[in-house]
Amino acid sequence: MANLRWKILTVLAAFVIFTGVGVYPILADRFGLPAPAWLKAKQLKLGLDLKGGVHLVLQVQTEDALRFESERQMDLLREELQRQGINVSGVKLIDSTHFTVEGVPAEKDAEFRNVSTEFQTNFDRSPGAGGAYTFTMRPNIAVTLREEAVTNARQTIERRVNELGVAEPTIAQQGTNNDQILVQLPGETDVAHAKGIIQSTGRLELKLVEQGPAASKEELVPGGVVPSGMEIVSGAAEAGGGTSYYMVKRVPVVSGVDLKNARPTPDENNRPAVSFTLSNDAGRRFGTFTGANIGRLLAIVLDGRIQSAPRIDGRITTDGRIYGSFTPQEAQDLALILRSGALLTGMSYLEEQTIGPSLGADAIRSGIIASLVGLLLVVAFMLVYYKLSGVNAVIALVFNLVILIGLMSYIGAVMTLPGIAGFVLTMGIGVDSNVLIFERIKEELEAQRGVRASINAGFSRVFWTLVDTHFAALISVAFLFNFGSGPIQGFAVTLFFGLISNLFTSIFVSKTLFEVALARRHQVATLSI
Amino acid sequence: MHIFKNTNYDFLRWRWHAIALSWAIIIIGGIMFARVGMPLGIEFAGGTAVVVEFEQPTTTEQVRGALDRALGGGGELVIQPFGNRAENRYLIRVPTVGAESGTALSSEAEKVEGALKQGGLGNFTRLQTQIVGPSVGKELRSKALLATVFSLAGLLAYIAFRFQFSFAVGAVVATVHDLLVTLAFLVIFQYDMSLNVIAAILTITGFSTNDTIVIFDRIRENMRSMRRDSLGHTINVAINQTLGRTIITSGTAFLTSIALFLFGGEVLHGFAFTMVVGILTGTYSSVFIAAAIISFWRGTAPTRAAAHAPASPAPQQPARKSKPQRKARAS
Repeated sequence: MANLRWKILTVLAAFVIFTGVGVYPILADRFGLPAPAWLKAKQLKLGLDLKGGVHLVLQVQTEDALRFESERQMDLLREELQRQGINVSGVKLIDSTHFTVEGVPAEKDAEFRNVSTEFQTNFDRSPGAGGAYTFTMRPNIAVTLREEAVTNARQTIERRVNELGVAEPTIAQQGTNNDQILVQLPGETDVAHAKGIIQSTGRLELKLVEQGPAASKEELVPGGVVPSGMEIVSGAAEAGGGTSYYMVKRVPVVSGVDLKNARPTPDENNRPAVSFTLSNDAGRRFGTFTGANIGRLLAIVLDGRIQSAPRIDGRITTDGRIYGSFTPQEAQDLALILRSGALLTGMSYLEEQTIGPSLGADAIRSGIIASLVGLLLVVAFMLVYYKLSGVNAVIALVFNLVILIGLMSYIGAVMTLPGIAGFVLTMGIGVDSNVLIFERIKEELEAQRGVRASINAGFSRVFWTLVDTHFAALISVAFLFNFGSGPIQGFAVTLFFGLISNLFTSIFVSKTLFEVALARRHQVATLSI
Repeated sequence: MHIFKNTNYDFLRWRWHAIALSWAIIIIGGIMFARVGMPLGIEFAGGTAVVVEFEQPTTTEQVRGALDRALGGGGELVIQPFGNRAENRYLIRVPTVGAESGTALSSEAEKVEGALKQGGLGNFTRLQTQIVGPSVGKELRSKALLATVFSLAGLLAYIAFRFQFSFAVGAVVATVHDLLVTLAFLVIFQYDMSLNVIAAILTITGFSTNDTIVIFDRIRENMRSMRRDSLGHTINVAINQTLGRTIITSGTAFLTSIALFLFGGEVLHGFAFTMVVGILTGTYSSVFIAAAIISFWRGTAPTRAAAHAPASPAPQQPARKSKPQRKARAS
């Protein structure tokens, strides 16, 4: 009987622990019962479909990252060639992974090869006719760049979402190429605002103005040819309406990565503006640069548009300010975006879903009703069909559900609407194990085996059948988890833990209950089954 | 209590009828699929779906009228009452997405909202918006197919490892049968192929084998104790012996699925329907198809000597003494 005592203790301990972790926090929350904070934090989490909120799937345009890299390397090579006095007729970007150098003079060919060798760590160089060379990005570099681009995007979005102050957001990579980003913001309802913050590129660059402002592009470059290393950028004109154009150096003096902080502060005229602080290193560089260029214009370029182009009045080191016609909200958002760093690539939306909290509440209500009806039907059937043994099965079933909720709460799994369906199905499928055991016991009883022997035989002979059926189901649940996202994974997780806990309750708990019921009786001739 | 006590049906004799019936359902489903097609849920088709709740009682026709006027009609517009009629909620689905990229993705939803405002249907609130780009569905389709194929392969391997290869073939054929019949019913009743329905189909892949495994277990047990009988007879006895539990286990799962179907709410409707059909066909195939496949695979010849044992007085395993079931209590 010592053996039985241990079994009872195990069963009771399991019940108390799982009730405490899973069921009690829910009840405490519902009815205002006392519960420690760490236990409250463990309360079963609700998915977005039940709680309401914003669900977004973004596609990271990893191609952008490749093009940036090719452009950067191309610019560096061009500058290097100029410095070395190698005059070529053209340096051109072909596509995101190729660029060409044309017209390398024959007498400088060896020198060119020598200079461009250092670019060959990332690019393959192949010669063409008439002193032309094509540089092709190495495939492994392209793969790394793509991965980095997605990671950067994910981390940037994470920082921005955290700054937005959404509780328990989900930000994860997904998709076949792992280049999609899932963003879930529970409780958020202003989709447009959230999307604006997430998707803004937020690329800040400070560039020296070579020429401008001018009213049109043609005024700046009469021949239509922009000198190499320069580019034309436009922005709203400072006085009056319209657009002004500037010719600026392509390579920025400082950019978003050099920022230490950014915050909304009003300017001298008390209009919203954003001030920023550079890192020490960039500040030193910026100080030297501004000291050397006093009196010239400095363009503040945000996402390819000039915000303003103030004159450099003196040496500036770490602090600057961005003016513009901002609303207070815009200034605040811009500061947030700058703080969280720039996105290196563009992004497009694949999916967007906003769920109002009222629909979620309705879903929970109908889920609870379906659960109760399902439970009632199963309990009624088991009691009618198996009499007192049915009570055993019902206790095991309740146990099963308590463990399921407890496990899910403990692991921090998320309950979704399909997850509720999984919960209801677990009731129907859970008692199946009891049915198989009971039917076997009946069979053994009919063969006049005696009650205790029949029960033992029932459990031991069905054990491997149960392992087989549970394992077969777990196989498909695993693939189901792998297939789905969000709500479907919630369903798979619910089924998974339902199956695991069912194996424990239908075999161990149910058997212990039989042993408890029979323990007091010496001569057992009959069994209510 | 017993629902099936000492039954002695010759299930294998009915296998051809069963196979013909299954094929008939699958073919009807196939014809429907070719003629009408399977309606795709928004996750697969892409598009925009909004759920709106009107303050005043509104009919589907009124909603359609307002949208037709503003959006220029088009048969692709789907308008369905959502949930309880009294709540005045409608699901409005537009197939096109405003743009593949950018913040413009939500433009179609704005258009619908604008059209409803102009339509003079009174105040309303947008409860839910779902926008799916066109490229999402394709990826989902291939993922769903792969998940199903991998599940089946896993099942084949596991049952072949635990039983014999012919058993594994039987179980997998029965499961494929369940999937096809379920799909046929979904097409016949024109349920939207949504993510939830796919989840239900994958669940059926895993759970419809439960009954099959129970029967297989008994066949294996009987093959040891009934060596002199033909395989067909052994199989029949096993199915009869487990018939009660096959019906009961499916019955409890069926009860909960029905509860989901009736009370689980709008979103789970397709899911619950799929589960109900899957459970019914799963039970049917466990009894009529799975074991029949084993007998096809191995031939119906007797496992040992004794030729066709008459199907009538089948010995029950374990042998039963005359006393009927007693009613008594354990405590």
